[in-house]
Amino acid sequence: MGKLIEIRDLSKVYERGKQKVEVLHHIDLDVDEGDFLALMGPSGSGKTTLLNLIGGLDLPSGGSISVGGQRIDQLGAGALAKWRAAKVGFVFQFYNLMPMLSAQRNVELPLLLTKLSAAERKKRASVALQLVGLADRATHKPTELSGGQQQRVSIARAIVSDPALLVCDEPTGDLDRQSAEDVLGLLRALNRDHGKTVVMVTHDPKAAEYANHTVHLDKGSLVEQVAAV
Amino acid sequence: MKYLHLIWASLFRRKTRTVLTLVSIIAAFLLFGLLDAVRTSFTQAGQSANGAARLQSGSKLSFIQTLPKSLLGQIERVDGVKAVTHANWFGGAYQDPHNQVFSFAVAPNYLDLYPEVVVSEAERKAFAETRTGALIGERLAQKYGWKVGDHVPLQSQIFPDKTGSKNWQFDIVGIMHSSDKKTGGFYDQMFLLNWKYFDDTTPYNQGSVGWYVTRVVDVNQADRVAKAIDALSANSDHETRTQTEQAATASWMKQLADIGLIVGSIMGAVFFTLLLLSGNTMMQAVRERTSEIAVLKTIGFSGRSVLAMVLAESVLLLVLGGVVGLALATVVIPAISAGSGGMLNLPSVGAGSWVLGLVLMALIGFAVGALPAWNAMRLNIVDALAGR
Amino acid sequence: MRWLINVLLFVFLLVVMALWVMLPWYAAIVLTVLLAAWLLLTRRGRQALSVANVGISTLGQRLGSTAVIVVGIAGVVGVLVALLSMAEGYAETLRKTGGTDTAIVMRGASASEVASVLDRDSVTLIQQAPGIARNDKGEPIASNELVVAANLPIKGGGPDEAGSVQLRGVSEQTWTVRPQVKIIAGKRFTPGLRELVVGRGAAKQFAGLEPGQEVRLGTQKWTIAGVFASGDAMESEIWGDASVVADTYRRGSSRASVTVRLADPQAFEAFKTALESNPQLKVDVSTTLAYFSKQSEGVTKVLRVIGITVGAIMAIGAMFGALNTMFAAVAARAREIATLRAIGFPGLPVVVAVMLETMLLALIGGVIGGLVAYLIFNGYGASTMAAGSVGKLSFELRVSPDLLWTGLKWALAIGFIGGLFPAMRAARLPVTTALREL
Repeated sequence: MGKLIEIRDLSKVYERGKQKVEVLHHIDLDVDEGDFLALMGPSGSGKTTLLNLIGGLDLPSGGSISVGGQRIDQLGAGALAKWRAAKVGFVFQFYNLMPMLSAQRNVELPLLLTKLSAAERKKRASVALQLVGLADRATHKPTELSGGQQQRVSIARAIVSDPALLVCDEPTGDLDRQSAEDVLGLLRALNRDHGKTVVMVTHDPKAAEYANHTVHLDKGSLVEQVAAV
Repeated sequence: MKYLHLIWASLFRRKTRTVLTLVSIIAAFLLFGLLDAVRTSFTQAGQSANGAARLQSGSKLSFIQTLPKSLLGQIERVDGVKAVTHANWFGGAYQDPHNQVFSFAVAPNYLDLYPEVVVSEAERKAFAETRTGALIGERLAQKYGWKVGDHVPLQSQIFPDKTGSKNWQFDIVGIMHSSDKKTGGFYDQMFLLNWKYFDDTTPYNQGSVGWYVTRVVDVNQADRVAKAIDALSANSDHETRTQTEQAATASWMKQLADIGLIVGSIMGAVFFTLLLLSGNTMMQAVRERTSEIAVLKTIGFSGRSVLAMVLAESVLLLVLGGVVGLALATVVIPAISAGSGGMLNLPSVGAGSWVLGLVLMALIGFAVGALPAWNAMRLNIVDALAGR
Repeated sequence: MRWLINVLLFVFLLVVMALWVMLPWYAAIVLTVLLAAWLLLTRRGRQALSVANVGISTLGQRLGSTAVIVVGIAGVVGVLVALLSMAEGYAETLRKTGGTDTAIVMRGASASEVASVLDRDSVTLIQQAPGIARNDKGEPIASNELVVAANLPIKGGGPDEAGSVQLRGVSEQTWTVRPQVKIIAGKRFTPGLRELVVGRGAAKQFAGLEPGQEVRLGTQKWTIAGVFASGDAMESEIWGDASVVADTYRRGSSRASVTVRLADPQAFEAFKTALESNPQLKVDVSTTLAYFSKQSEGVTKVLRVIGITVGAIMAIGAMFGALNTMFAAVAARAREIATLRAIGFPGLPVVVAVMLETMLLALIGGVIGGLVAYLIFNGYGASTMAAGSVGKLSFELRVSPDLLWTGLKWALAIGFIGGLFPAMRAARLPVTTALREL
């Protein structure tokens, strides 16, 4: 398997008022296609920042990121948006579903950016919901779903346009033990059975066990790379 | 549009707030519908195609001064004149001097020059043949409950008969209908009596005419014919002033009030407060949805499309409320006219008002949504997701 | 159950509103004093005050929503007061024109002077009636006058634009009958000549009405001798010698009315009876005050109806705006309110506090609206075709204290309703839910 993500000499500096804070220092990282990587580290270590850069939500201050052969650090905001729509799916800690839309409509959201017909969109969304095991909850609104169910809808939304890369920021941070396990199992299945590359930020070692590799960050630098047993 | 569902759902995210804002918008456009109807009725009064082809000739001295009947023949001979008729203000009142009735003593061919007034042949004949005959507008008939065949006494506030009594007797021989309610609503309230009966009965008229109405052959020649008619009496003791009916009505309306200014000022105040109110609602709405907007951007919606969605939302809000408000006005106005017992005759909300209203809704929608939409577009994804 | 309470609340509201509308200003002062006393002296009152303080002190942070209420209500009051001031100004101008010490006599059953025709004999008889004041020479102070219309070019209008102005043919006595009329430019017209004095209002509306200038009435040229002011409806007229005017308009010796100065207001009854019982005369006699007040009735009523209708619709808009804002405010402070309730504050102080806040904002809005209306519209010149006359009546809009008080009442009413329902919501907030909400 080739490399999906190549990161060289990556740095990120934030300006808070007059102060400049360097959050990431000269990171070098490679992620293989089809890999399941866990990013761990104490709070303030810069792991979310790194994730945001990998997902194309932000631009680095220095260095380069190449995803699927595309140098995303060289894209403008508009181009990045287009790239994200096609190539990345996001899963957040607090689900971030639209409260006034049904599960079905929530999953369809990324498809609005494509030229698919309404019927096509509905079909794909159903497929995605089926994959996460929530086909029978398609018409429910987020308020009618449990935390774990909402997160699974959010995963369905992340995969509906069939991106190669899944970026997850503390996906189980707000869930109870059982739901967390369901969600992590789903992510592993998506990785093993559907070949999706998953990069997951987590502070929970048990969650990291589901990954193939774990990378540690501390104060903005990589500490060690550990392969799962 | 495939985004409609999303925009609609966003709008009604907080039902109560949206509904309350909608009511305010509805109220504003209800008012707009009412006021614009009044404004158009003023500007449209007398602006009919028929009105453009008719000239009014009155005394140049003042509108209460009369003209000699001899002018009739003279005017008829002016080049470009198709037909001439005349009328006198009768000054009628029913029962109480303050219950004014719009009454005119008219020449036998008067209705020939007003084709928009519909009267049956039989009733016209009866009018011509009955000395004391009177034709009344349908609204007038409604107001006092008069029917064909009724014997009706009318007081003239100005003209007594030869015995000095101001009470006149009339027989209703027909009802007039106006075929164009918008510009000719006035005809529904008229009372026509025969000029001959009038002139014979009162010693004060002495064969004079209040004003002449002339129909021109060619509308484009109206000005020339008007000047020619005035030339007939130039430098005499009965100088005339001839204008198209349109111009005469317009100048009369202008004297009544500068309606455009009043309506404009009120609506200005109303829409200003509306801008503030809806603007506040939209700002709040967008501020609450920071994380949702951020998520849309992560999914891949560009800043521009987010801007467009917020603008669409605010325009939708305005259009929803505005259309309901105008529709309400359309219903309310006839109710008011009916309820006033024929005293008020307001035209309903016309196409012009709708167009103006829709334009205003769009403009206000844009103005209201501009800043929130801009903020949404400029939203920094990373900061928004982190809760900053 | 909740639904029933809401309905009862609504009915209660309507009753309160009806009473409020009829409230005179001194009663409101009494109510305010009572309220202040309750707030400061009772325990519940002080609780309400402290809750209100918290809300009011944070107003600055919520400038946008605060502005919505204040500006919305200011708009309602401003428009309402402006429109009603038109009615006030119009009615006032006509009312001032008349007095109880002058009477006007016209032909019987005439709606107004223009429609009245009195022949010479009648005029002579009228002047012999008892009760008329006399001048030094012992002559009755009575002016027989003629009222006609003249077409004059409008100031600032197109070349052919003419308007109608009321032309009054007056006698020598008119200046004594109407002492409030004063020449402010030029001089009085010379009797027997084609000269005019023009009212200040007429001079403002029509072109070329300045001393020394000439105007055309029909085929004849008349000279403007001077300008007069009287602070009433007469200012919209132009005056000339009655006999010369009668000549121009071919009225001969007939006149429209006789206006007399009474020996004193009590003499009116005798004067009236004498004339009305005279078999040779068919006349209507009334004091000028009664006459002019009646003339203004119709138009004033229409203007008031328009003002109130527009105001009412705007008020609904403003009220829903207030409801919106206050519901949001209550929601935003749900946690604080719930905490207070958890501590032990009963429902009433919370309700009162929310209402105080809303009504304070409404009061500010009402004051601003009234002030703006006063500054812009008080004394603003307007004109319209007057009922009962044949000329445009100039009048000034009048923002009277009464009107401002009406505006303020509306503002407080809107604030009351706009605050009541959110206040009820705040009081009924389930404490535990609110404390849990982020």
